[in-house]
Amino acid sequence: MSPVVAGVLQFAALAVALGLAYRPLGDYMARVYSSDKHLRVEKWIYKAIGANPTTEMRWPAYLRGVLAFSLVSVLFLYLMQRLQGSLPGSLGFVSIPADQAFNTAASFVANTNWQSYSGEQTMGHVVQTGGLAVQNFVSAAVGVAVAVALVRGFARSRTGELGNFWADLVRGTVRILLPISVIGAIVLVACGAIQNFSGIHGVGQFLGGSQQWNGGAVASQEAIKELGTNGGGYFNANSAHPFENPNGFTNLFEVFLILVIPFALTRTFGRMVGSVKQGYAILATMVTIWVGFTALMMWTEFHHGGPAFDLAGGAMEGKENRFGIGGSSIFAVATTLTSTGAVDAFHSSLTGFGGGITMLGMQLGEIAPGGTGSGLYGMLIMAIIAVFIAGLMVGRTPEYLGKKIGTREIKFAACYILVTPALVLIFTAIAMAMPSTLTSLTNSGAHGFSEVLYAYTSGANNNGSAFAGLNANTPWFNTSIGLAMLLGRFVPMVFVLALAGSLAEQTPVPETAGTLRTNKPLFTGLLVGTVMIVAGLTYFPALALGPLAEGLAS
Amino acid sequence: MTTGTKNTKNTQNAKSTQDSKTSREPGSLGTKKHEEPGSMSTATPTRAPHDDLPGGHKPEAGRVGGGMFDPKQLVKSFPDAVKKLDPRVMVKSPVMFVVEIGSVLTTVLAVKNPGDWFGWAIAAWLWLTTIFANLAEAVAEGRGKAQADTLRKAKTDTVARRLKGSSEEQVPGTGLRIGDLVVCEAGDVIPGDGDVVEGVASVDESAITGESAPVIRESGGDRSAVTGGTKVLSDRVVIKITTKPGETFIDRMINLVEGAARQKTPNEIALNILLASLTIVFLLAVVTLQPFAMYAKAEQSMIVLAALLVCLIPTTIGALLSAIGIAGMDRLVQRNVLAMSGRAVEAAGDVSTLLLDKTGTITLGNRQASEFVPVRGTTEAEVADAAQLSSLSDETPEGRSIVVLAKEKYGLRERHQGELTGAEWVAFTAQTRMSGVDVDGRKVRKGAAGSVVAWVEEQGGSVAEDARALTDRISEAGGTPLLVAVEDADGARVLGVIHLKDVVKEGMRERFDELRRMGIKTVMITGDNPLTAKAIAEEAGVDDFLAEATPEDKMALIKREQAGGKLVAMTGDGTNDAPALAQADVGVAMNTGTSAAKEAGNMVDLDSNPTKLIEIVEIGKQLLITRGALTTFSIANDVAKYFAIIPAMFAVVYPGLDKLNIMSLHSPESAILAAVIFNALIIIALVPLALKGVRYKPTSADRMLRRNLGIYGLGGLIAPFIGIKIIDLLISLIPGL
Repeated sequence: MSPVVAGVLQFAALAVALGLAYRPLGDYMARVYSSDKHLRVEKWIYKAIGANPTTEMRWPAYLRGVLAFSLVSVLFLYLMQRLQGSLPGSLGFVSIPADQAFNTAASFVANTNWQSYSGEQTMGHVVQTGGLAVQNFVSAAVGVAVAVALVRGFARSRTGELGNFWADLVRGTVRILLPISVIGAIVLVACGAIQNFSGIHGVGQFLGGSQQWNGGAVASQEAIKELGTNGGGYFNANSAHPFENPNGFTNLFEVFLILVIPFALTRTFGRMVGSVKQGYAILATMVTIWVGFTALMMWTEFHHGGPAFDLAGGAMEGKENRFGIGGSSIFAVATTLTSTGAVDAFHSSLTGFGGGITMLGMQLGEIAPGGTGSGLYGMLIMAIIAVFIAGLMVGRTPEYLGKKIGTREIKFAACYILVTPALVLIFTAIAMAMPSTLTSLTNSGAHGFSEVLYAYTSGANNNGSAFAGLNANTPWFNTSIGLAMLLGRFVPMVFVLALAGSLAEQTPVPETAGTLRTNKPLFTGLLVGTVMIVAGLTYFPALALGPLAEGLAS
Repeated sequence: MTTGTKNTKNTQNAKSTQDSKTSREPGSLGTKKHEEPGSMSTATPTRAPHDDLPGGHKPEAGRVGGGMFDPKQLVKSFPDAVKKLDPRVMVKSPVMFVVEIGSVLTTVLAVKNPGDWFGWAIAAWLWLTTIFANLAEAVAEGRGKAQADTLRKAKTDTVARRLKGSSEEQVPGTGLRIGDLVVCEAGDVIPGDGDVVEGVASVDESAITGESAPVIRESGGDRSAVTGGTKVLSDRVVIKITTKPGETFIDRMINLVEGAARQKTPNEIALNILLASLTIVFLLAVVTLQPFAMYAKAEQSMIVLAALLVCLIPTTIGALLSAIGIAGMDRLVQRNVLAMSGRAVEAAGDVSTLLLDKTGTITLGNRQASEFVPVRGTTEAEVADAAQLSSLSDETPEGRSIVVLAKEKYGLRERHQGELTGAEWVAFTAQTRMSGVDVDGRKVRKGAAGSVVAWVEEQGGSVAEDARALTDRISEAGGTPLLVAVEDADGARVLGVIHLKDVVKEGMRERFDELRRMGIKTVMITGDNPLTAKAIAEEAGVDDFLAEATPEDKMALIKREQAGGKLVAMTGDGTNDAPALAQADVGVAMNTGTSAAKEAGNMVDLDSNPTKLIEIVEIGKQLLITRGALTTFSIANDVAKYFAIIPAMFAVVYPGLDKLNIMSLHSPESAILAAVIFNALIIIALVPLALKGVRYKPTSADRMLRRNLGIYGLGGLIAPFIGIKIIDLLISLIPGL
């Protein structure tokens, strides 16, 4: 079987698996967020944190919950790292310096998992499992909670109440992320990923010299790393490391874990707004972009010309032989179209276009299907923009799901789409203007620029993957990327929740023959176009000077 | 609605039918102009000189067209466009304000480096872009100015004759206060808006409505409102002033057509916010580009960056946005509708329920006699003869139609009252509900069934057995039966029945089908009983009807629809319509109506033609479609501009980027200049579209979206590739470049 056919078959298998999980998982999540019942363990948690899970919150209260919880999380994670040297079970690693500790804390709370450190050489068991892995769960649950609040905004009328943040957070963690992670971890262990608390082993290499192997609760962290679209690896090599991702099957399984919740959330959305077809339209938009990006990625990686590439069957530099070009392309697209940022190949070594595809995927706002929760709310914001621009063309003031898109709504949506481009472009511009940046770059020319552009794109969009080559462990990069991650995560959430509150207050407009149908292929096409033009055009000049210049040069 | 309609509700169905004769449903106020729907006046002084006025309410002419666009207007409005360059004016449109800053910046740079033809060219074209945007707005406003000037002429400084106790004093019209009583006699110009409190007069309202036929204004009832600036033609009336000077109807009209009172509509504000945020995004993209370019050792001049920025920000829609809004209002004015707020025009596009008054909108003004049905033992001709004779003294439209039918169908020459000597005429009154004549020992009567039956019995006669069956049959069919009776040598007896029928206007069914496809529900409002209403509703093809409607019923219906999130439009003219007009999202008051109704509504139809509601909805939709189409077009344009400018900027350092130059433009300078020129010219090219509105055909949302996305979305992607290439070709032909 040729590698191309293998790649396509892998992709097809992945799509089928996702398709099978779509309905049951989506419906299950809808039930989780609509149910009145509380599990016993959940009641204990509510008691412990002193929250009343039945109180309905308006958007400011919901937002306060999100921000307060996240702030506490950042502080907790920061202190844990700063005190690592004194904590037991730290494998003898020292405390983390302030700037890096801030960066890492921001990174994991913002569901980004940008790592300016090498896991196996920096973080002990306590921080990895007690701090980082915990954030892998709750930061993902926060994302889903905000998305669900927005969905409630569409579904509810003449109220302003968006549900209870604490209930959503706890349920998402206990009923959705935990069970699936447990199954995921068992599958990974069964396939060869490690799961232990052993220390560091010195191992001799075949060609002489020595090598250190860390033990650790890798499989459990791996499962939630992908499932919660976090991406922070136990090891520096991330999912390219055989302890994290042992073989071709686990590779595909990890991609499945990355995509399964974000895709299924569209079903949850459809269920909760009372029309699964609306969910399908959003799903179709996500799938169109995902399939298109994967196809392009495979094309550029397989196609890449030159004698060395011909021998290798494509651009094999920076890729694992275990996964090949097909598996690596599928992974690279999935990880950048979501807010995951786990890698099983080095994005810096992708072809010029391939690197551009990963960057563009993030720059679209990570909405196809995007991060857990953040993908859905990001795409819904784009849907609002699409409805607003083109919806006028049916001769009515724009409305989506029976809610008018008026001045207030468009103000929040417009602010939302401003945030990440502003962060990415301004921080990249400042970094490029600083002479010190040049010393952090491994490459010069277009590729060097791509390293910096990628770093801020990844940070502000909460992806977390890195274009290897940039030494980001400097006070400037740690701090600025840390800020980009926090602002890129929480400022948009402010607008999403404000929008949700505004929508929930409205009286719904009944659908008539004169209403723009947002559950039809035409709308999907419109939404794809809006995403590509509105989000894509913002970055076109920057991309032209990085990956496009590189890709077109050959 | 008037009290007459209420009576209909309170009395029993068929027996009370002739009551409706006296009830004036909104829209059938008895002013002459309603008798012939479709005769919308032309060549009125209040209109702009456009000769393509639509056929008004003729159903087949229902498509909304726009005003003609005359290129000369561009030249005429040029000075106004230059005046608008004032930054304090420009700042209202954030997109164009950025362009103006770019123009200033590039000009300064060009002055600093006067030898650089490219800098001068870019600066010049950026200024042109700004001016073109202002020109679009100025042209749109200019069309209103002509109308305003005509109105001003009507508003000459009048001298009012104010009543003070029993004496009169002369005060200037501007010195009047609310509550003042003024006297107007034949030849006087009415000094301010008010209600007639004493007397009857015929008034020439052509200054406002353009309709030259005088209208009757009288104290009490729904025809008491007079408008300042109109002229009393006969008789004497006392008017109570109801508005302050400067706030009269004519003042508001002037403000409206001039655009001075124009406020941005909610959707326009929302769109402005989105455009502003897109402008900021592109501003960021361009500003941050410089450090990237410096790293790539391809530092760009400020002129190129300004050019790139102006090309990327949505200038096309930014330039045309306010012109689209003004033109939308203007399209209403051309149809003699004054929208008191832009919000109402937008709401018109969103309307999902139309309340249409039956009379005048769905049916021709009045019921008409359609047949004479004899009872057993008499002939049709006998009935026709008696019916004609007894209707000669009935001047109501129904009565006239009986005479007409008798003439057309039975060849009975119309007799005149004077021809019959010794005849004693019994005129129709609302109390007796009968008319007739006593002549040659013969008494002929026709009228409401109950009244005629009572009359026959009073005369000692008997009612034919089958008369009851005949009237019932007509009632069930939705018609109105009138009985014809006679008393002569053979005694008093019923001869037959006249079938009065509502005549549904031609083409209404198709019109309602269209509305249904657009997702708009039509509800017929009538004072008729449910049976009659149902029959007419079925014949006309409306979705629903409200029979025996009182103003309270109407109000309740509106509130019910609104509670379900629907927007409701209605027309009305009576004082008791006022609450409903105020409650409706689009309330169109008839100009013939009371001042209370005009106050309450958010639009006034100067032609007082209730059918126009449908056109108003279409204009509202067209306005929104135009806005959406040009926004889509504007944003889609950016793709091509990138392909022109990015390679031009960076192909020097990264030769691979020249592959993006898919238009194979001549040189970097010509590529950038071509993009800027295209960006400016497209504004001018689209001005006619912005003013006229995009072609609008009522159809479902899906089809409309597909069509418009095809034209303005795909078209917006492709058009600039072609346009920029052509301009680049032309530039490359200039020798020396």
